Parts: sequence; structure tokens; C-alpha cells
Amino acid sequence: MFYRESGQYKTTYESDQAIFPIREDRIGIAIIMAMALITPFIASEFILASIMIPFLILALGTIGLNVLTGYAGQLSLGTGAFMGAGAYACYKLATIFPDINIVVLILLSGVFSAGVGILFGLPSLRIKGLYLAVTTLAAQFFLEWCFIRIPWLYNYNASGAIEVPERRGFGDLILTGPSATATTRYYVVLAIVVVVTLVVKNLVRGRIGRQWMMIRDMDIAAELMGVRPLWAKLSAFAVSSYLAGVAGAMFVFFYLGAAEPSSFGISLSFQVLFMAILGGLGSLVGSFFGAAFIWILPIALRVGLPAVGVDVGAEIIFQIAQMAVGALIIFFLIAEPHGLARLWAIGKEKLRVWPFPYA
Amino acid sequence: MNARIQHVELHAADDGLKPGDVMLNIENVSLSFGGVKAITDISFDIRKGEIRAIIGPNGAGKTSMLNVINGFYHPQQGTITFRGQARSRMQPHEAALSGIARTFQNVALFKGMSTLDNIMSGRTLKMNTNFFWQMLHVGPARNEEIAHRLKVEEIIDFLEIQAIRKTPVGKLPYGLQKRVELGRALAMEPDLLLLDEPMAGMNLEEKEDMSRFILDVNSQMGTTIALIEHDMGVVMDISDRVVVLDYGRKIGDGTPGEVKANQDVIDAYLGVSH
Repeated sequence: MFYRESGQYKTTYESDQAIFPIREDRIGIAIIMAMALITPFIASEFILASIMIPFLILALGTIGLNVLTGYAGQLSLGTGAFMGAGAYACYKLATIFPDINIVVLILLSGVFSAGVGILFGLPSLRIKGLYLAVTTLAAQFFLEWCFIRIPWLYNYNASGAIEVPERRGFGDLILTGPSATATTRYYVVLAIVVVVTLVVKNLVRGRIGRQWMMIRDMDIAAELMGVRPLWAKLSAFAVSSYLAGVAGAMFVFFYLGAAEPSSFGISLSFQVLFMAILGGLGSLVGSFFGAAFIWILPIALRVGLPAVGVDVGAEIIFQIAQMAVGALIIFFLIAEPHGLARLWAIGKEKLRVWPFPYA
Repeated sequence: MNARIQHVELHAADDGLKPGDVMLNIENVSLSFGGVKAITDISFDIRKGEIRAIIGPNGAGKTSMLNVINGFYHPQQGTITFRGQARSRMQPHEAALSGIARTFQNVALFKGMSTLDNIMSGRTLKMNTNFFWQMLHVGPARNEEIAHRLKVEEIIDFLEIQAIRKTPVGKLPYGLQKRVELGRALAMEPDLLLLDEPMAGMNLEEKEDMSRFILDVNSQMGTTIALIEHDMGVVMDISDRVVVLDYGRKIGDGTPGEVKANQDVIDAYLGVSH
């Protein structure tokens, strides 16, 4: 009724190939963007700093993993380490070039993690599936070791951690460091995530994205259509770890403020993998759904349970939230193995023919 | 540009060969896997513009032959000459580059992609805007995408699959999947099209449709076709020349009439009385 495709005729292939070919979708995304822009005016500091900023950053990390696993079909357990590579690269860049805008450095630091990603992507030319996942696990442990054992990476800090320096930009706005406001950080993160997501969308709907999906779905046929597995797989690793790197750099510079090697441990890799699987592999909107589910739901439960009168102490609430999220993950994966993105797509299909059960 | 699609010609590249000239020549090719001999000393040729059928009982080496032609397998002995050039070890993507396309016995579509994207994937080699234009998806990248979409729409019209353009191919019935796979191969605008059992598992109407498409591709686009098929009625009706394999050896070669009269072929298919 309110989501109708019929009557919206396309007269050019350009309009048919648009990202949002349906008018209702365009209206929807405009509303979401407007809400994202006014969030700092209506939301508290806590919501901005502890929910929205990490949610957006992790969504970008999930998109990174989705490029590799969802689009190109190469399983990876090293996302956390690639995020770490971006974070440490950004830290070093910020130390060496204190005068360059931090946003530029963050986008640049992804290049270093992309290089690391290509290196650890090389085994994918020979190894597939779970075995490849194990080699990316090697990347995880190796990089974590580097973050601990190479003091140059953390400027020989006695604590072994990296602390985000204060950096200004865009006039004299404080972008990073302890005195940067949540609002500023939120807007910078939002801008980077939106722009980068758009770029990734462009990649996956064009020739390069099709090559990744060809390799994922049927590598033999892909080779026959002229795809070179070497190029397709390594470009997926490069783009994926670039995105992870940018997400990692933002994670430290705009959210954590300071980070230790353990911030980028295997648990972060798994967290991002859960986000990708639960959100839906091979879907960008799913990456946002997955990140929201895994990141926001536990916080919402922790805050929400006492609000409805269930008051049994912070520790128990925390554990109940963990268990509830775990149960929900299992429930959703049984109900829809292709993730929240598929549920979303099914919902839209149903709306399209509503009130009839099928068209 | 309005709703009217401007007409785009799809045809095989002009390679200087006249119809009837030898396009692909296979000489004394042998292929074995360890001790198993898949192909033994086979020679035959494929001429430009013809429909060449490769038939034989199960395990005769037909699919192995196609795999040799498009570079999946590398024969231990023999030479393969494509358009006058003898080739050495060729990789599948190089075969694609030189104008050889194929379909598979078990449909090998990209299951997670729509019909449109599957056929677009056949245009991969013809697209060349670089990574940075692709990221922005404006200017050259978008124009390229639209230009190739035009060609793909031509194929969609030709194969009469407009209604399933946006359907994920995994949801399509088998007969349509075969048709989409043909479309994907056609999108490469190949000079030589290899079809591995295009009619397998189809009902009569679907076979008739597929035969019509194969004949139209051959006559309208000038594409040379080599096909493996078990339906003898189809093979005898649509092919110009037939090569018969049995246990990895060639036992017959010629027009459908000649092959039908060949005693070795009859023996291979019907058995010999002892």
C-alpha cells in the first residue's frame, strides 16, 4: 500500500540501475539520513559516544568482512588484526605527520592494512574454505604479536598502549583526543562511514563486484568468463582489509581513545564475523543490521531490563543480556540462515504485493 | 535515450576466416590422468560457421575433449591449433580472451546473482574502466555499464527471458537456468561456442526452443558451435558434422548421414553380437 513499485516506470537503464530504483526506498533513506544528522541534538552524550559511534565504526568493519566473505566468498578470521593494522598505522602516521588532517591519515592508514591483507590473502589462491580461515587466523596471531613485540609501533610507550593524540582540523575543531566532543566525533565518523559505504556499493554493483561474486559462486565458470582468480581474490582482500583498517583506525581515534594489542584480539574478529553472518553475508544493509544487533541489543537489554522493573544487580543483568543475545542469534539463524538482510528483503517483497499473499 | 532499445549487433569477431575454413584443429591429442587414459590420439577439426556435434556413449571422453579445448586440461600429447595458431599450455581465462565460450553439463551459473548479473558477467572481459572510476560509478564506469546492459538486453530479448531479468537464478526452473547459461556464454560474443549437453533433462518443448536458439545463434551471429548431446534426434537434425568418440578414441567422423551408416558407431551404441 505504502510500498508500491508498480507505476514507477523506468525509461532509461541508468535509472533502472540506480542504487535505490524505488521511490519509497529513496524516501526511506532520506529519512534515515536526516535522523542520523539530527541525532546529536536529541540524543545524550552516552548514546552518541557508547552506542552510535562504535555502531557505525563496527558496521564499516563488518562491510569490510562482507566484501571478503560475503561477496568474494573467502572466509576470514583475521578482521580484528586487520583493524589493528589500520589503527597502528594511523597512530604512526599521526605521530610522523602531526600537521596533516586526521581524516586524511585515517583514510590513508587503510592502505597499510590493505597491504597486510594482500600479503595474508596470498594463500587464498591455493587454499579454500575453512583451511583459508585458519591461515587468516595466523594473520590474527602474527599481527597481535607484532603489536606487542615491536615497540616502535607504539612509540616505545612504557604502558605498551597507544594513546590518541589531540588533533585539530576543519578550522580549529578538536577532532580527536580526550577533549574532542562526542558530537564532533560522531559527525566525522558518520561522514566517513557514509562515503565509504557508497564507494563500496559502487564497487559491488559494477564489474569488480561481479568478479568477486563470480569467484564466490562458481570459480571454474568465473575463470572461463575471463576472471583471473589471482586478481579477483587479492583485490577482495585488499578492499576488505582497507575497510577494516579504516574502521580500526576510527575505532581507536574516535571511540576507544587508547588501545592495547588485546583490543584487536580474536574476540573482535569473531564479533565482526557474527555481525556479518547475522546481518546477512553479501549485503551492505545487512552489515548495519548485524552491527546494530550485536552491538546495540546487549546495551539496550542492560539499560532496558532495570527500566521495566527487572532489577537484580548489574552483574546478573549483564549476564542475562549476554545469554539473551546468544539465544536470539541462534533463533535468527534458524529462522533465516541468510540473515537479517534476507528478512528485510522478504518483508519488502510482502509489502510490495500487500494485501495479497503473492503477486 | 528513450525506452526504445537501439539495435545492437551481436556477432562473432571477424577473424579473416571464411565459412568453411578450419577454425580449430585438433591433432593426435592424448590426455591421461595417472594411468587412466581419457583421450587417446584423437584428431578432428571444427570449421568456421558450422555446428559440430561430439557424441559418444558415457565415459567416451567428450567432456574431457571440451575441457582440453578451453584450457582446463592440458593434453600430454598432440597439438591444438586455433585460428592458425598452435597453442601451448593455455589457461581458461586466456581461452576466454581468444574467443572461446562454453556452457556446462551441470548448470554452472552464479547462483547468488540475478539473471541480469549472470549475463552481465559474460561481458567481464569487454569491460575495462579502472578501479577508481568503478569506485565513483560515474562517467566512464557508468557509461560502460549502460552500454553493456544494452548488449545484455539484446541477448535477453533473443532468448525470451525478459520476465526473469531480476530473478536470482537459483530460483529458476532447470530449463530456464540452461537458457540463462546459454545467454551468459553468448554475452561473451564468442567465435567458438562449446555446449556441453544443452538439452540434458529437458522436455520436448524446451528441447525445441533450445534447438531453435542454437540454430539462430549459428545463423544470425555467425558463431561456430561445438556441442555434446545425447539426444540423437537433435544431433542428427541440427549438426553439420558429427564426430563420434568411444573409450577415448575417435570411431567416426562425418555428416550425420555418414555417421549413422558407420558400422563402428552402430556397434558402439548398440553393442556387437558375439
